[in-house]
Formats: sequence, structure tokens, C-alpha cells
Amino acid sequence: MEATPKEQPKEQPKAQRELIVSIGPHMLSEESTAKIMWTVSAALLPATLMSVYYFGLPAIMVIVVCLMTSLLAEAGMQWLLKKPITLSDGSAFLTGLLLALNLPANAPLYIPFVGSVVAIMIAKHLFGGLGFNIFNPALVGRAFVLVSFAKIMTTFVAPATSFMAMDAKTTATPLVLLKEEGMSKLLEVFHTKAMLYRDLFVGNRAGSLGETSVIAILLGGVFLLAKRYITWHIPVTFIATVGILAWIFGGKDGLMTGDGLLHMMSGGLMLGAFFMATDYVTGPSVRSAQVVFGVACGALTVLIRLKGGYPEGVMFAILLMNCFAPLLDRGMRSKVFGKAEAKGVKK
Amino acid sequence: MEATSVKTSATFSGGVHPAGNKELTSHKPTVTAAIPKRVVIPLSQHIGAPTKPLVVIGQEVKKGEKIGESGGFVSAPVHATVSGKVTAIGSFPHSMGTDMAAVVIESDGKDEWIAGLKETTDYLQLSPDELKKMVSEAGIVGMGGATFPTHVKLSPPKEKPIDVIILNGAECEPYLTSDHRLMVEKSKEIVEGLKILMRILNVKKGYIGIEANKPDAVETMKKAAAGSPDVEVFAVQVKYPQGAEKMLIKAIANRTVPAGGLPMDVGVVVQNVGTAAAIYDAVRYGRPLIERYVTVTGRGVKEPKNFLARIGTPFSQLIEEAGGLTDDAAKVIAGGPMMGMSQYNMEVPVIKGTSGILVLPKAEVSTKSYGPCIRCARCIDACPMHLQPSLIGLFIEKGHYEDAKDYNLMDCFECGSCTFVCPANRPMVQWVKRAKRELAKKKN
Repeated sequence: MEATPKEQPKEQPKAQRELIVSIGPHMLSEESTAKIMWTVSAALLPATLMSVYYFGLPAIMVIVVCLMTSLLAEAGMQWLLKKPITLSDGSAFLTGLLLALNLPANAPLYIPFVGSVVAIMIAKHLFGGLGFNIFNPALVGRAFVLVSFAKIMTTFVAPATSFMAMDAKTTATPLVLLKEEGMSKLLEVFHTKAMLYRDLFVGNRAGSLGETSVIAILLGGVFLLAKRYITWHIPVTFIATVGILAWIFGGKDGLMTGDGLLHMMSGGLMLGAFFMATDYVTGPSVRSAQVVFGVACGALTVLIRLKGGYPEGVMFAILLMNCFAPLLDRGMRSKVFGKAEAKGVKK
Repeated sequence: MEATSVKTSATFSGGVHPAGNKELTSHKPTVTAAIPKRVVIPLSQHIGAPTKPLVVIGQEVKKGEKIGESGGFVSAPVHATVSGKVTAIGSFPHSMGTDMAAVVIESDGKDEWIAGLKETTDYLQLSPDELKKMVSEAGIVGMGGATFPTHVKLSPPKEKPIDVIILNGAECEPYLTSDHRLMVEKSKEIVEGLKILMRILNVKKGYIGIEANKPDAVETMKKAAAGSPDVEVFAVQVKYPQGAEKMLIKAIANRTVPAGGLPMDVGVVVQNVGTAAAIYDAVRYGRPLIERYVTVTGRGVKEPKNFLARIGTPFSQLIEEAGGLTDDAAKVIAGGPMMGMSQYNMEVPVIKGTSGILVLPKAEVSTKSYGPCIRCARCIDACPMHLQPSLIGLFIEKGHYEDAKDYNLMDCFECGSCTFVCPANRPMVQWVKRAKRELAKKKN
């Protein structure tokens, strides 16, 4: 090297530049787990706002307790298990929010607390944490408080007229009325079929916080579909199956006399189909398996609604089908490109 | 399978849409790189047996002189790419990641061709066997990056008749534009190369497949093929990995290569457009493969460019000719960002399969760690082979290689689409490579 000492420091770093070496691809998409979780949470914003509009301060209290408890439980459990604390990935926030939207507004605040602890600590972390839980954590939390505090959990209030919701009256949900007293009673409360459908569509009815407003849930659901964060396979088959089966078997006057539309817009179906059954971790990932999953969820829901002890079956239907998700994925593996053609070919 | 089934606009299902980044170089005419003072010519630049050196240290060689003899049927000779003196034969860094045997030649600056190169003007009158021999002697290998010796693809067994030849000008790797420029600048040569291929395999119909994001290349190639009714140019969908052999055959001929099989199982031979141009040079002018188009690009070099560079040129020289590295350059890749190999040493030489040198700045290099699989199914939708990369990855992560194999690990050709889309940054391609290696170890 003829370089003068003065030039050397300039030349050397170039020659010794350290390069990053890794296996490709060297270009990655912008997607991340955190982005997905926060986007799904954002898609729940319309439903959340509607719950506050209809149920007022008590709804806010339930949501805040769920979120706080979920985040604390996540951090606590990760600390106990000596894992990195990943609150920023949004998964605990989403679980907390989903649980809140599945609780009645008048629930005493120990219910969202207990539900969140069960959801995060037991259903999520004791099964291995994000990606490894078999059952939808929010639904496990809800199932736990439903069977533990059955009376409170099945007592709903009508939408309130003031923010403080002091005047909230306990009342039955449309599905309870339908199951226990029939369509005539339902029409007595909602006056006409058209008004019944309209109230169900906007969410002016008793029910869990975030399940009542069909339009709010659809807004979020369509947003997720457009962003391809979810696909049609589960929500469409789930909702359509409920509608068709309820129409066939749900009527008092024999086959094909049920009100499919009423069933599709009632209970937790919309929220469950768009936001709970589509949970990546606990549902199947092969598209054809998702169709089977959606149809089975729908069939189980109708079975429980019409024949079971509960007026509503979405939660149990999804939880039951969560067990089968890995099996469905295995049984309905995608067909490898050229596998069928490979049979007759000599290698 | 009728010949009429060929005219389809179908594409394969799956695939991804990474940002093309081709505008960095796609409009820039190719410049001839300086003749290197010293070339390092690896004796193995292809899939198959390495070549045996024909020269000794101190020997004078001319440009185009054979310096490595084919090591078997699946092998291809290598030639001196400059005139000068052999100064070393030994182990040198290679872009495949390990050191490999290579011949080093110091240029005498004269750049003299070896005597006796045979020009042939009526080459289409030659017999298929004569033509094939010329291709084989010229050391031509697949120039799209796979570097499979071309004469082997041109020697299908009798029971696998070939009726379609497809030239691959898809260039679906982001950033790379060497095939693009070649098609714009050497369209006649490519069409003639295709005709030679058709003559060798006695095929009546030849196709050229180009991703639709290169309208000027489609246009030029169409013009070049205008006088040849047996040659047809196709614009195929812009989608990675459209340029993978099986995916291109699906798009253009609507034939599905059986899993574990080869294009010849469905009567198709696919060659890169660069290979076709090299075949023309070999047959028309008797010139062996000593140079190729190389895109030097990325935001880590100051002036991205397309080069015509000699085999054996060090990466560092081409990077300097492209204005040098930027201050924040962090990763140097041989090939494109999806399937290319990152380099630790910039002195590695350009080989027959080096389509580009991509330099990424620090900001574009992901060093994020990976998280748990959330089973979002993006990889399943992206996989052009319709595998379940998420499950395969979970198996390999836990060391269950046999289970991964049951889930068709061996059908993966490591295109990287799954890893590209994964929101948890899971390194599926790395795992697949590991599992294949572990399974091979077990077999031996």
C-alpha cells in the first residue's frame, strides 16, 4: 500500500466495512403481529362506541376494568414465567377489549376482573402464551364468569337514556324472549317486525356491551375484510349457516317457518363471527377447513339456541370448534402444487 | 394437452407482491464494465461436478481459452475471461458462501481472443448434435441464477419428448433489471438463441414470458419476433415468484409440473433469456460464455447501474464503478432480495449465475427477532407450491424434521414468499434449509 498515513484512516474503514449476513429473503413485508392486533382492536372501535352510547358509564367501567386487568395479568404472568414482556404487541389489549364487549353492562366490576384474569392467565399463558392457546382466551374468560355467576351474567339491562344509566331497567334479550315467550311477545315489545329489525340492526336492545349493534360490528368487520386481515371463509359461512338453519328449524309452524334474519342479527353472532371465530390462533388456517369450521360453528349455535338450555350458543359453539381447529387443519391439508400429477410420473 | 391450451392468461395461485424497486436501473442502458486487472474464475460456477483445471501457474492464456475441463456430464467447462497470466490456483471466496477452487488470471491489458473462434452464419443448418456440442463447449449454464448446465436440459431422455420451449424473461426478483436490459438491447440475439434451442430439441413452438411491468421489453421482443411465426411473446402477471420454472410453465403453457418432477415431465424446457443470448454468441461467433449482464443496485450504492461484466470481476470493482457504497450500506447480496445470498466479502467474483449485486442500506435491513406463529395463514396463501409453511416452520423449530417432511418440506423451492409475508418475522427459509440439510445427513 502506498497510501500516506494521512490517507489511511479514510481508506481503511471502507476496506473493513462490516456487512450484515443472513439467509434471505432480505426484504420483508410491513406486516407485524402488533400491527394486526392493534388494527383489529381499532376495528372494534365502532362497536365499543355504540356500547358506550347505549349503556353509558357502566359500559366504560366494564371496558376499563377488562383492559387494565388484562394488561396487568399479561405483564404479571410473563414476569412470573420469565418471558419477555410484550404488552406492546396488543394481544392482551385485544383480549381484554373482546371480553368487555361480551359482558353485560350491569355486571359488578369483579366480574370483568375475574374474567380477564382467567382469560389471560389460564386460557392464554398456561397453554403456552400467544400462538399456543387452544381456546379463544376472551371466550374462556366469559364462559368462566357465565357459569360462576350465572344469575348476574344472564341479567341484562335495556339501553339507557342517560349517560349515568341510573335508570337502567333489567330486561330480557330478544333471544330470551323468543325462546321463552315466542315471536308474539317479541313483537309486543318491539311493536312491528320492521321496528324489531331496525332496532337489532342499530343495536337498540338488551345484550352484552358490544354485541348489540349489527351495523357497528359490520363496519369493523368489513374494514378487516377489505384490509385482508380476515377472509370471508369463517364469518360468511358461520352467519349464513345460522340464518338458513334457523329459518328451516326455528319456526313454531313447522319447517321453513323460522325467522333467519332475526337469528342472524341477535345474540353474539355478529361479534362472534367477525371477531372471535376469526381469531387466527384458535381457528383453522387452511381456507377449506375454515369453511367447515364456520358451518359447524353455525350449526352448533342454532342447536344450542333452539334445543339447548341457554338462549344463546355462539360462545359455546366457537369454544367447542376451537378444539377441532388443529384436527381440521390436519385433515384438510392444502393440495400441494403438482401432487396429483405426480402419481403417474416415474421419478 | 393440446397446443391450443398454451394461449392462456392464467397464472399460478399464491405468490406475493414485494415492491419492485426496478426504477433504480430499468431505464439505464447497460455500460461495459472495465476489464479487471485480476479475475478470480471459480472452477465451479454451476450445479454439478466441478471442473478440472487445465492450466498451471505462470501459464499465459488468451480470452476464451478453456481453463477448466468439464468434470462429468452434469458439468460445464470454464474459460479465461481476460488475456494474461495465471498467477494462482487455489481456494478463494465464492458468492455461494464458502471458499471454492478458482483460477486467478492477471490481465495483460491486451484483451486478446484465443485464435480459431469459428463463425457460422447458416447455423440453423447445423445438426442438433453439432449445435448441442457447441453449447456444451461454450460452458453455458442457466443464467437466471440456478446455473444448471444447459446442454443437460437439452438432452432429455427419449421417453420425455419436448414440445414447448419457454424463454424466461419474467425477472420477478425485485430490483434486478439485467434480463430487462438484455431484452431491450439484445432482442434479436435472444430470438435467434431461441430458434437454435428449438432446432436442437426439434420443437415447433417457442414462447418468451415477460412480466408485464416491463412494457418496453415486451414491445422490443415482440418486434424482434415479428418475422418468426413460431415464436410468441407473452406478458405474464406481475407476481413473485412468476419467474420460477413451474410457475411460468403454469402461466404460459397451463401445464402443472408434477411435485418432485421436472419441466420435461410435461414436455417443456425453460431457459433464461440470458442463456439464449449466450447460446447465440456461442453458435454464431464461437464465443464461450465469458461475460454477462449484472445489475448493481439498491440504495446502498451511489449510482445504481447495469453492467456487462466479465466473469471473475470482483464485486468490489463493480460497486466502485457504480459510484461506491453509501455511508450506510449494510448488506451486499449476490442476486435479488428474495432468493439472493448475502455476502461477507466484497472480493467475491461475478460468476455465470450472478444476475445482480444488491446493496441495502442499514435502514432497509431487518434485524428484528422473530415471534411466535399466530397462525394467520398469510404464508399458506402466499406459498406457490401450496404448502403449509407455518406448520413446517413449527415442526422444524422443535427439531421434528421427519414431521416437516410429511408436510411436503421437499417440495419447497425456498422462494421466500412465506418469510416475506410473515408478521412474526419467522425465518421459514432458513429453517427449511436447515431441515433439508439435517435430513440429508441422516440419510448418509
